[in-house]
Amino acid sequence: LARRGASSSCFFRRKSRFFSSGILPDGVDRASEAFSRNSEIMAGLLSQLQSRISNVMEGGGAAAVERNKSRNKLLPRDRINHILDPGSSFLELSQLAGYELYKEPLQSGGVVTGIGAVHGKLCMFVANDPTVKGGTYYPITVKKHLRAQEIAARCRLPCLYLVDSGGAFLPMQAEVFPDRDNFGRIFYNQAIMSSEGIPQIALVLGSCTAGGAYIPAMADESVMVKGNGTIFLAGPPLVKAATGEEISAEDLGGAVVHCKTSGVADYFAQDELHALSIGRNIIKNLHMAANHRMENGRHNASDYKEPLYDIEELRSIAPTDLKQSFDIRSIIARTVDGSEFDEFKKLYGTTLVTGFAKIHGTPVGIIGNNGVLFNESALKGAHFIELCTQRNIPLVFLQNITGFMVGSKSEAGGIAKAGAKMVMAVSCAKVPKITIIVGGSFGAGNYAMCGRAYSPDFMFFWPNARISVMGGVQAAGVLTQVERSNKKKRGIQWTNEEEENFKAKVVEAYEKEGNAYYSTARLWDDGIIDPADTRRILGLCLSACNNRAPECTKFGVFRM
Amino acid sequence: RLYSTRSVKNVKIEKILIANRGEIACRIMRTAKRLGIRTVAVYSDADKHSLHVKSADEAIHIGPAAARLSYLKADSIIDAARRTGAQAIHPGYGFLSESSAFAQLCEDEGFTFIGPPASAIRDMGDKSASKRIMGAAGVPLVPGYHGEQQDIELMKSEAEKIGYPILIKPTHGGGGKGMRIVTNPTEFVDSFLGAQREAAASFGVNTILLEKYITKPRHIEVQVFGDKHGNVVHLNERDCSVQRRHQKIIEEAPAPNIMRDFRSELGEAAVSAAKAVGYFNAGTVEFIVDTITGKFYFMEMNTRLQVEHPVTEMIVGQDLVEWQIRIANGEHLPMSQSEVPLLGHAFEARIYAENVPKGFLPATGVLHHYRPVTESSTVRVETGVKEGDDVSMHYDPMIAKLVVWAENRAAALVKLRDCLFKFQVAGLPTNIDFILKLANHEAFKNGDVETHFIENFRDDLFVDPNHMKLAKEAYDAAKTSAILVAACFCEKEHVSIRKSPPGGLSIWYSNPPFRVHHRATRTFELEWENDIFDKDSEILTLSIIYQHNGKYLIKTGDSSCPAQEIRVEHLGNDDFRTEVDGACINISLGAYFKDQNEHIHIWHGSHHHHFRRKIHRVLLDDDTTQWKPISGLVSHERGAVVAPMAGLVVKVLVENGMRVEEGQPILVLEAMKMEHIVKSQTAGLVSGLQVNVGQQVSDGFVLFSVKFSILYDLMSAVSR
Repeated sequence: LARRGASSSCFFRRKSRFFSSGILPDGVDRASEAFSRNSEIMAGLLSQLQSRISNVMEGGGAAAVERNKSRNKLLPRDRINHILDPGSSFLELSQLAGYELYKEPLQSGGVVTGIGAVHGKLCMFVANDPTVKGGTYYPITVKKHLRAQEIAARCRLPCLYLVDSGGAFLPMQAEVFPDRDNFGRIFYNQAIMSSEGIPQIALVLGSCTAGGAYIPAMADESVMVKGNGTIFLAGPPLVKAATGEEISAEDLGGAVVHCKTSGVADYFAQDELHALSIGRNIIKNLHMAANHRMENGRHNASDYKEPLYDIEELRSIAPTDLKQSFDIRSIIARTVDGSEFDEFKKLYGTTLVTGFAKIHGTPVGIIGNNGVLFNESALKGAHFIELCTQRNIPLVFLQNITGFMVGSKSEAGGIAKAGAKMVMAVSCAKVPKITIIVGGSFGAGNYAMCGRAYSPDFMFFWPNARISVMGGVQAAGVLTQVERSNKKKRGIQWTNEEEENFKAKVVEAYEKEGNAYYSTARLWDDGIIDPADTRRILGLCLSACNNRAPECTKFGVFRM
Repeated sequence: RLYSTRSVKNVKIEKILIANRGEIACRIMRTAKRLGIRTVAVYSDADKHSLHVKSADEAIHIGPAAARLSYLKADSIIDAARRTGAQAIHPGYGFLSESSAFAQLCEDEGFTFIGPPASAIRDMGDKSASKRIMGAAGVPLVPGYHGEQQDIELMKSEAEKIGYPILIKPTHGGGGKGMRIVTNPTEFVDSFLGAQREAAASFGVNTILLEKYITKPRHIEVQVFGDKHGNVVHLNERDCSVQRRHQKIIEEAPAPNIMRDFRSELGEAAVSAAKAVGYFNAGTVEFIVDTITGKFYFMEMNTRLQVEHPVTEMIVGQDLVEWQIRIANGEHLPMSQSEVPLLGHAFEARIYAENVPKGFLPATGVLHHYRPVTESSTVRVETGVKEGDDVSMHYDPMIAKLVVWAENRAAALVKLRDCLFKFQVAGLPTNIDFILKLANHEAFKNGDVETHFIENFRDDLFVDPNHMKLAKEAYDAAKTSAILVAACFCEKEHVSIRKSPPGGLSIWYSNPPFRVHHRATRTFELEWENDIFDKDSEILTLSIIYQHNGKYLIKTGDSSCPAQEIRVEHLGNDDFRTEVDGACINISLGAYFKDQNEHIHIWHGSHHHHFRRKIHRVLLDDDTTQWKPISGLVSHERGAVVAPMAGLVVKVLVENGMRVEEGQPILVLEAMKMEHIVKSQTAGLVSGLQVNVGQQVSDGFVLFSVKFSILYDLMSAVSR
């Protein structure tokens, strides 16, 4: 009854507004089988997610946590909590980085990253977890650190490095040290961001050895904790081996040495809490007001309406069977302010839904999939992206895409050309872009809908989402045909059973590699999120993107 | 008759100068205003922004903070009266109120002194003289020596005659200043000299009298009023037996457990006493009642309006300040003795800034949070301060008088306790919790009051820190309060952030604060200021988990205390309503910053707790070697002796390098007009003694230290 009441009142509102504003209908059939099946499956997925998250939240195990505590050190998330404004939210990124990636577990990839407010300024936090492999850098640790820096650079967020790390994980040095996007890039980024006026602040709360020593050294301002904080290029054992000098860690590179003698650090902290409070104070004193472009997350619209429909129902709408179609508008209706969505080109290229809305008061252009991409849908997408870049409106991509339409008709119609237009538009668009994968993300559809390669500012997965070049079954079909013709050439007979086995293996591999956890472990995204948190997270991301100065988009050559 | 002969003078008082400060100045102004009389306040440097100055129509600055240079300076006050055209001067109590010279000066200068004749003040001001007059008038006196001969040997033999215990008392002054009780002859000389010194410092006269000391006495006093036509009435009695440091803290009227005949005997004696000195205006005749023999003796007469006059006002339904003014105008007494009613019962509790566990030492500080109870026809709060005011070392540390009235004693006591629970003061230590304990005591409830009440029930009124069960109960109660503090704090913070989100980032400051796949938590470290036991504070660590429904789940580190889920509604300002398991209560908080700490007080139901929370503010502390944990308590080197309170050094008894024993007096501090002896806490050598007589020291000032010296011991052993 209540729902009927809500929908009739929304009907009434529509009339009274002379249809000027598009309030989306509820669009959900709660009595349907799909609804209850989706709810059930999603509940399972979420509880699985929760248990995996709980596991990584515990850090590197009870013994390591206890050892950390005995040294009067806090865990990385607690450290961050102490610096954050009381009552501030914290948008943690890639909590499940490194999940089942190496032989040994590497909780959260050994580093906690995320965005939160300090003295009313949004900051990027990068906090080593000393309980996870001594805070050493595995390849994924480096990748996560660099990703945080990338976001900070893009959103112009001051960076706070809470350093407590043994440096590179030596057994994997080949994947950590030499390449462009390896360890050295961290310092490169610090230098570049510093040059752009993005504050770089390091709090040395533990060891900071070898390459790690450059994090505080490269920082604009650095704080060191007496006793726990050490900075040296080589620790006491290596010094002894190299020069025969015997010296304690504290005398070699403790806070007293670096604050008094070497000048590597700037602020002397009596204990960890003192260091964290100094960190807070440094942020307080950042004078960013002079840089009028740096709005730092502020937006004026604090007065906005919540969606008309229950946000938690997103959990039941999320497609768990990707073959089933559903209307993306039911997701939009639960994401945007007041469920108001003004659709652009509603009647044309209907498999792509485009339109204007607001999220927590910030205007956005939304692009969502309602089926396979046709010629017209791709053209409509490119057109809409151009519109948004002209008006400097951030773009939100809601991906549920199996790909572009195949077949002779499509090819002849120039689907590749149309797709290229959309990819060109997405690539060149200089407005903030946020991608949420709510269902499938397959093939070139992933490109046109702003996949990872298109540098969305933020990108998240729903737990049910899947990503791969094509569907497992389709891939198995293609590969089987190729294999069969290969075998035929060599005159080998393929039994049905063998063929099915072959197919199953391909499907299995795709099943595994297309999984959200496989993606998030490798940092193909910035995290798996609860569908019910989508609106909130979009709001936080958009707020973080507010720092970016409007940039002029220049497109390349559109193939006509 | 057409023309009344009663209106003697046609010139009535239209403007009064109040030669006082604090609550009594405000009190007098209130009545004056009601009568359409304009008011003039006088103020010292310290009182520029005081309530009594704000309450007056006009105010005149009369000098620096020290009372002897301002409120005690008669000529400045007379000058102020002249400048403002006041016709009358009301002296209040204390300061010049019992100076016959001042009363005389007022009259000589043509101002009406709202008080008794100068002669009566003089007669009653000299305790020896007053007893002679009273004795002649047939008023019963305590056996004693009131002679002018002050030779110490004579005094000692007089003491023997009267019999120990003996009370040594300065002939001038009051309020217990300079009084000494001597239980055996060996203590006599020391006490006598101390009393002389204190009397000289406080009153300028060092004559002493001796009296028999009554072991189980009650202090009952009678309010009298006389007019300028020779009429005197009494307005019933007050019981002021419950005292600490010989000063009253809780008074009531009428006196409990006395017979009607006894009351009228007392009253008649008081009226005779007043008549014997030709008294007019307000006065109080104090009697000491020996509860063992049932006899009463004249003690002294206070020739002024007393601090505790409101309890009398409540039971007679009259405004005594109005009476004072009317009498000063020459009018007749408004009532005859038979018309004086006795209605119900009234209590007055004096709320002082003082440190109860440290022997009721006067305290100073800022009234960071001050919310007295709401006044009504039966609840009065007489106060001269407001939130943010300083209770300085210059004047009396009384913050307010709480006066309640009800149909009978038991009902009045219920109301008194309720008001005390609700009386919120934070920023400096007060005696509120102590008065509550007093008012809650069975003996007090039964009206079994006597002047040694506090000493007799010491064990009940002061919790023994080693009493495990009580200590545990107190700790548990503090823990419950701490949990509520944390919840209210989070809610208040959220409400204020919602109003103006830092940096305009409203979305980042939601309640609960957003976390990805987990709940935001925070820890709260509260140091419980254990006012009850006067021992080190205890740290309570609370973790708060923000719940999705806006509630706070709060855990203490203690496994015996289950986690509590609390919903908080912020009612505005410092008021909250919390709900735990369906039980709702109201809570008030008072918070302020002091010494790198945030101090938080909580009041709920019958509980009041005080916590401190460290502010992790950046200390400009570049000391890289000597690191000590940041603590609110300043730690001094071992053996250091600090001033227990702000005060004036009046005597230094030792020199640097002198050897002292444990407990040996080192110096004498005077504060709030009382002497405090600072003793050595250990045996050893005095060092670092830098204070001189006449020096003002602040609370916590290191006075000297006592060092243990092996060398000294060796040397003295050798020389021996």
